[in-house]
Amino acid sequence: MDIYIDKTEEENFKKLDEILETHGHDQGHLITILRDAQEVFGYLPEKVQSYLSLKLDIPISTVNGVVSFYSLFSQEKKGRFTIGVCLGTACYVKGAKDVLNAIKEELGLDSGETTLDHLFTLKDTRCIGACGLAPVVMINDDVHGKVTPSDIPSLLHQYIKKSKEEQDD
Amino acid sequence: MELKHISDLNQLKEIKDQSYSEINMRLKESDRNLNEIKEYQVLICSGTGCTASKSQIILKKLNQEIQKRNLINKVKVYKTGCFGFCKLGPIIVVHPERIFYCEVSEEDIDEIVDKHFCQNEVVERLLYKGDDKQVKKTIDELDFFNDQQRIALRNCGVINPEDINEYIAMDGYLMLATILEEKRDRNTIINELLNSGLRGRGGGGFPTGKKWEYALSYENDEKFVVCNADEGDPGAFMDRSILEGDPHSVIEAMTIAGYTIGASKGFVYVRAEYPIAVERLRIAINQAKELGLLGQNILNSGFNFELDIRLGAGAFVCGEETALLQSVMGMRGEPRPRPPFPAKVGLWEKPTLNNNVETYANVPIILKNGADWYNKIGTENSKGTKVFALAGQVINTGLIEVPMGTTLRTIVYNIGGGIDNQRELKAVQTGGPSGGCIPVSLIDTPIDFESLSEIGSMMGSGGLIVMDETDCMVDIARFYLEFAQDESCGKCVPCRIGTKRLLEMLTKITEGKGKEEDLKIMEELCYDIKESSLCGLGQTAPNPILSTLKYFKDEYLAHINEHKCPAGVCNALLQVVISDEKCIACGICARVCPVSAITGERKKPPYEIHQDICIKCGACIPKCPTDAIYKR
Ligand SMILES: Cc1cc2nc3c(=O)[nH]c(=O)nc-3n(C[C@H](O)[C@H](O)[C@H](O)COP(=O)(O)O)c2cc1C
Ligand code: SF4
Ligand code: FES
Repeated sequence: MDIYIDKTEEENFKKLDEILETHGHDQGHLITILRDAQEVFGYLPEKVQSYLSLKLDIPISTVNGVVSFYSLFSQEKKGRFTIGVCLGTACYVKGAKDVLNAIKEELGLDSGETTLDHLFTLKDTRCIGACGLAPVVMINDDVHGKVTPSDIPSLLHQYIKKSKEEQDD
Repeated sequence: MELKHISDLNQLKEIKDQSYSEINMRLKESDRNLNEIKEYQVLICSGTGCTASKSQIILKKLNQEIQKRNLINKVKVYKTGCFGFCKLGPIIVVHPERIFYCEVSEEDIDEIVDKHFCQNEVVERLLYKGDDKQVKKTIDELDFFNDQQRIALRNCGVINPEDINEYIAMDGYLMLATILEEKRDRNTIINELLNSGLRGRGGGGFPTGKKWEYALSYENDEKFVVCNADEGDPGAFMDRSILEGDPHSVIEAMTIAGYTIGASKGFVYVRAEYPIAVERLRIAINQAKELGLLGQNILNSGFNFELDIRLGAGAFVCGEETALLQSVMGMRGEPRPRPPFPAKVGLWEKPTLNNNVETYANVPIILKNGADWYNKIGTENSKGTKVFALAGQVINTGLIEVPMGTTLRTIVYNIGGGIDNQRELKAVQTGGPSGGCIPVSLIDTPIDFESLSEIGSMMGSGGLIVMDETDCMVDIARFYLEFAQDESCGKCVPCRIGTKRLLEMLTKITEGKGKEEDLKIMEELCYDIKESSLCGLGQTAPNPILSTLKYFKDEYLAHINEHKCPAGVCNALLQVVISDEKCIACGICARVCPVSAITGERKKPPYEIHQDICIKCGACIPKCPTDAIYKR
């Protein structure tokens, strides 16, 4: 079986080959390879899964079995910013649900969904180890502590601004 | 940093002496002359909590200011692990005076540098003020640390985790080097652990020495050592803090374990959600290799031990050891029946020793100070200390370590400083999704493995969530069941379908649609699931329900019979209302309400919500600029 790789994708698939190389095409590193692949592609489309299945000589069902098992992997394209609302116990008892609802309301999204402009993906996450600052919201790698529902509009606005600035550059 | 390869115990001791003299001023017991300070050492907490509150920006700024004022030789700045007092982060401690600054911000740095380092004056306003409004100058004056004993966390907040020399200064790698130099008998090491009474800190509490003994007893040409750093409990960060603050203690212990059971390869399985911990671990492994304390022919002893990191990918069940091993091998993390235990059949069917991070962190110091030192701490059957992540409605949230046998009262009131907002303590939750809620009437129970099981909870890995009158126990049970149901791997029916049914029943109750008979059925189902599930996840998933049913049945009955949520949490049983005092009559809420349930006149507070129209969607709550709208 051959996989058709479009010109626009060539660069990413080249990177994928390098990833496979560093891990010595070792099946035992499947999870690490998938993680790195997700870094490159932003998510794990079917094509990438088939490609890995071929290169690593693992049945596609096994690859997909692993991808669908772990919540870290996404088979859908994600937004520029992923908003993770911690629903760990400490955050939950400190009102994380209200914070999550406020974001849902503001963006018109449900957990796991992405805005149409691909700017935000909303997720609920487990304890990220900053319970002392509960409730906690993570936006990409930034951790925001002691968040209240009324902080949400201005918090999101910061990121909208950031993405506008990126586009202007 | 320059690291020289070393080849024996003596060379290690040389490094120790050298580094010890450098960091000696940070130790409580060291002599210090405060009249004439030639050098300051500044420690900045770089754990996750403080990093979230921007400690790394402060670190950068501090270094810049020091450079600007030509103080490089006088003031040295170091990263360190979690002090535990996360609530008041970012935290900075200045040695030799041991001054404890909290909630430091970027804007404060100028003043600290000018006043403290140039004029030798303490910046009063950044000091901690206790309940009694007394200013606490040094770290030793804080009540928070009084009832604690830091063994597993001994180096957190003292050393820089990114510098192996500082770990060596604190007698790090001394045990490994001594054992290899002496070619110490493996059974001697195991006996020491057995006599110490150390039990696994990952939740099960299995005697660590016994586990090592089993792993040694199965002959094989290849064996493995694994460290479980998956830390799945959704309100806990003990293991994370150890890896971030003292990664070498885990590496040293795993290497000793490798020598003891005859393994030459190890894996640390860490959650991918812990990027700082992973990075520190990676740095530590590289430094240990460079020094020759890890890798081939360690300290010329002929013993080889390689260590690799494997990242988890977000599945709670992978904390269960058989699932974890599957995941290390790159597969779906589904548990399998035990026996055979991993000590006999583990990674690639070979004998595999698996311990928790905190368990390992205790090993080097136990071997150094001796079993008889360790087994004097704690209770009859639970020796030593336990690290807890203290969170929830308590004033001092953070990371603590107390001797086994400490009461919950001591933890919540003396260390935790009591309940936030002067509310009443209702319960303490331990053991995460496998544990239970302990009511306030049992708060004087000395906690250890046995006592917690007896009262229907468990030690678990160390999450300790404090709850007050505003927490609904039915909702908490529902929260944990939702977690268990979500994380069930689906391999066995009782867990997959059973937790779903339990969750449905609980949801019905929180919506006021439950019946009293449901409680009986729910309880029976709980016991069925406990008995017939394959792994610990299913076997313990019903615990949050059973413990709340036992101690808080009245709350269940209030939801069922009176359609009321006494704590004011369960949405369906509540009303959305506007506080008269806070309302400024801006009219925003009336505009966002999708069913026009809110009326009022601009600038004439308060607005009012018509309960017969309101659909309790809560859309208005976050829109209110003064947080005047709430649920009751
Ligand atoms: C569902 C489930 C989740 C678990 N999660 C963890 C965990 O996050 N960390 C951990 O060390 N042990 C966890 N355990 C316990 C491990 O299976 C195992 O007992 C432990 O790692 C053994 O180490 P110890 O003897 O040092 O405690 C979990 C068990 C179950 C059933
Ligand atoms: S008890 Fe639950 S998590 Fe454990 S094997 Fe069965 S389905 Fe999977
Ligand atoms: S529960 Fe949210 S950070 Fe721990």
